[in-house]
Amino acid sequence: MTFISRRDLLKAAVVVPVLRPFQPGDRLESLTQPEAQLLDAVVGRLIPSDALGPGAKEAGVTIYIDRALAGALTSSRQAYAGGLAALDRYARSSRGKAFAELPPTDQDSVLIDVETGAATGFSGSSASFFAMVLNHTHQGMFGDPYYGGNRNFAGWDLVRYPGVRTMVTPTDQKTLENQQLKPNHKSAYDYESFTKADPHHGD
Amino acid sequence: MATRLKETDVVIVGLGAAGGVAALPLAQAGLEVVGLEAGTWLTRKDFAPDELRNNVRGWPQSVQKANQEIPTSRPNASSPTGPRGNVHPMQNGVGGTTLHYWAQSWRLNPWDFKVVSETKRRYGASRIPNASTVEDWPFGYEELEPYYDKIEYEVGVSGQAGNVNGAIDPRGNKFEGPRKRGYPMPPLRWTAYIEKMAAAAKSVGWDPFPGPAAINSRSYQNRSACMYHGFCNRGGCHVDAKNSTMVTTIPRAQATGHFKVVTRAHVTTFEVDANGKLSGVNYLTDGVEYFQPAKVVLLASYTYENVRLLLLSKSKAFPNGLSNNHGQVGRHYFSHHQGAPVTALFPFDLNSWYGLPAQGVAVDNFADDNFDHSDVDFIGGGNLWVYSDRRPIGAAGMGTFGLAPAWGPAWKRFIHENADRTNTAYIQKTTLPYQDNYLDLDPTVKDPLGFPVCRITAEFKENERKIAAFTQDKMERWYREAGAIAVQRGPLGGAMGVATHAYGGTRMGDSADSNVVDRWGFSHEAPNLGVLGGSVMGTSGAHNPTLTVQALAWRTAEHLVKNWKNRQS
Repeated sequence: MTFISRRDLLKAAVVVPVLRPFQPGDRLESLTQPEAQLLDAVVGRLIPSDALGPGAKEAGVTIYIDRALAGALTSSRQAYAGGLAALDRYARSSRGKAFAELPPTDQDSVLIDVETGAATGFSGSSASFFAMVLNHTHQGMFGDPYYGGNRNFAGWDLVRYPGVRTMVTPTDQKTLENQQLKPNHKSAYDYESFTKADPHHGD
Repeated sequence: MATRLKETDVVIVGLGAAGGVAALPLAQAGLEVVGLEAGTWLTRKDFAPDELRNNVRGWPQSVQKANQEIPTSRPNASSPTGPRGNVHPMQNGVGGTTLHYWAQSWRLNPWDFKVVSETKRRYGASRIPNASTVEDWPFGYEELEPYYDKIEYEVGVSGQAGNVNGAIDPRGNKFEGPRKRGYPMPPLRWTAYIEKMAAAAKSVGWDPFPGPAAINSRSYQNRSACMYHGFCNRGGCHVDAKNSTMVTTIPRAQATGHFKVVTRAHVTTFEVDANGKLSGVNYLTDGVEYFQPAKVVLLASYTYENVRLLLLSKSKAFPNGLSNNHGQVGRHYFSHHQGAPVTALFPFDLNSWYGLPAQGVAVDNFADDNFDHSDVDFIGGGNLWVYSDRRPIGAAGMGTFGLAPAWGPAWKRFIHENADRTNTAYIQKTTLPYQDNYLDLDPTVKDPLGFPVCRITAEFKENERKIAAFTQDKMERWYREAGAIAVQRGPLGGAMGVATHAYGGTRMGDSADSNVVDRWGFSHEAPNLGVLGGSVMGTSGAHNPTLTVQALAWRTAEHLVKNWKNRQS
C-alpha cells in the first residue's frame, strides 16, 4: 500500500516523518513552539479547511515550512522570526488579542492589512512578509508530500492534479480529457528508480 | 605550481549544447580531444518528477559552479545593478543545459542572416533602428542548412517539415527556409487543447504547425520515445528521450577512443605566448591546479562565461583580455525578448497536466519578415507558441484575473475550478544588438575564487517593445478565437536580466573591427582559439537558439579538421 511504502521510504531519509498535521508540542526543527503555533493559525486562514477539503493546516504546511527553514529556506529563518513576532504584536495592538485568539473574520482582516502593507511594526513592508509566507504555503500545500506537506495529497486533490506518473500514454491523455483519469496519489519517490532527494534541501 | 598535463590536440572548455557536439566530428577525424567540464555526470536516476526540487529550488543548477558566478545586471550604465538572482538558469554537467532545457530545436529563418540588407532592400535604410549595431551574418541560411540537417539527424529532432527543396507542405512551417529533407522523426503528439488552438488559428486565416523538438516522438537511436509525464520543463529525462549531448554526441565521441571527458574541471584562465598563440588552459579540481596544454582551444561555455574567461585572461599580447585588442569582447550583447507574456483563462479544463513545453502549436505568420512591415514601425517579429505544461505549485501561483482574492476560501474555490484552465503563451521576439548594451566584468562582485563575475548592462529598446505589443495583440486574438473568457498581458519589457537565450559578446563576422570571431568561429586575433555558443550569434530571430548553436559548433569543428595544419600555428 502507498502508506507503507512511503513510510519505509521516509525511514531511509534523514528525518523520521510526521504523517499528521502540526500539533502543539511536536518536535520542531527550526521554529519555536509559539512561532509554529502562530504560523499554523496563519496558514489555516490562507488556505482554510472547508467543504472543498482540508486546508493548509491539515495538509501539514507548517511542518513543511519548519523543515524547509532548516534546509533549503534557511535564509528566510530570520524573516519568519521577525515577521511572526511583528504579526502578533500588530494583532494585539490593532485588534486587542493575540492572532491565534482572534475569531477567523478578525484574523482575515489582520492578514489583509499585512498583505497590503498597511500593518505597522514590521521591519520593511509587511507585504513582503505576507508574500513570502503565501509562497511557502503554496510550496507546502502543492509540493511533493515527501517534504512534509500536501498530506494525504490534499493539495493535489484541491487543484484536481491527477498525480505524478512516469508514463502518460495517448490513452491516459484521452481518459484525462474525458474526466475519467483517477488521481494516483503517489510521491515522486514512491517510484524506486529515482535517487532520493534530501528532504530538507531537495538536492 | 600547476600540474602540467600531457599536451592534446584540442581542448574544449564546457561540454554542453555546443562543446558536446563539437567533440564528435573532431574525435571521429582522429584528433585527440580533451573536454573540460565543470559539472559531473548525471543519469536518469537523478531526474525525479519533483516540482519543488526542479522548478522551485532550481536543482541541480543551484548546487553547481555556475551558480557561484551569477552575473549582475543593470538596464544601463547610469543605473545601479539590480538584485542578483539566486539560481543561474543554466547548469554545469556533462550535457550542460541540454539536460534540462525545453529542447525546442528550430532553424533560424533565412531573413535572420540578412536583417540589414533585406531591411534596406525592402523598406529602406531608415528602418534599421537607431544605435543598433546589427550586421548581416557573414553567410546566409544556405551555408548553415547542411549543418542543421546534420544536427537534426545526429542528435535527433522530431518535427514536421514545411519546405523541402522549395515544395511547401502546409502541415509544417511554410515560412521556413528550404531544407533538403524532412525531420528524422514525426512531431510530438498533440492534446485536445492544442488541436483546439490549431483550429482557432486556422479559422482566423493563420498557418499553425507543430514545433520541432530534440525529443524522441518514437524510439530513436535505441533510446526511448517521450513519456509525456510533465516534468520536462527544468527537469532531465528519466528515460533518455530528451536528446541532450549527454546521451547523443558525447558518448559517440567517447566511443572513438579519441575523446577524454574530465569532470569537475573549473577552468580559470588561458595561457598565451608572446606571439599571441594559446598554449593551453588552466583549471582547478578540488583546489588543485592543472595546466592542460593544447594545440587548439575551443571555448564552449555559456555566453556570460565565454566573455568572462576572455576578459580575465590578460597577457602581454592581450592586455585587455584575450582576443580583445579591438575592444569587441562583450559588445553586441543581447538576450532574447521572451517576456511580455499573454495569459488566458478558459471556461473549460485544458488537461495540460501532462506533456512538455516542446509539445505544442506554433504560428509564424508574425515572425521575422514573414509579413509586410510597410505599415508598422518596427522590423522583425515574434513566434507564437502554445504548449502543454503544468505542475501544481506553478498552477496554484497563477493570477486570478481579478475574479478572486489571492488567498482564503474564495481563492480556494477559484483555484479548485481554474487551476487547469489557464494557458500562458511563449512569444519569442526578434531582439537586436545596440551600442550601449554590453557585458563586462563587475567592478565589485566576485566569485568564491576572487574573480569578478560578469556584469550585464542591457535593456530592450523601442523596436523590441513595439514587437511585444504587436504580438500580444495577435496572441490575444488567437486566445479569444479559441474561447478564452479573460486575457492578461505582461509588461512590454525593460531591463535584460540573466537569460537562457544570451547572444553576442564574441560576435562572428568578417571584420575584426566589429567582431571577435571570423566566419568559421575562430578568433580574429588568436587563430588557435575557437569560440562556440550563442555568443557568436549576431541576430536572434524569433526562435530558440540551440539548434543554430549546435549547427555552428559542428561547422567550426569540421573547419578545424579540414584546416588542421593552418589553425594550430
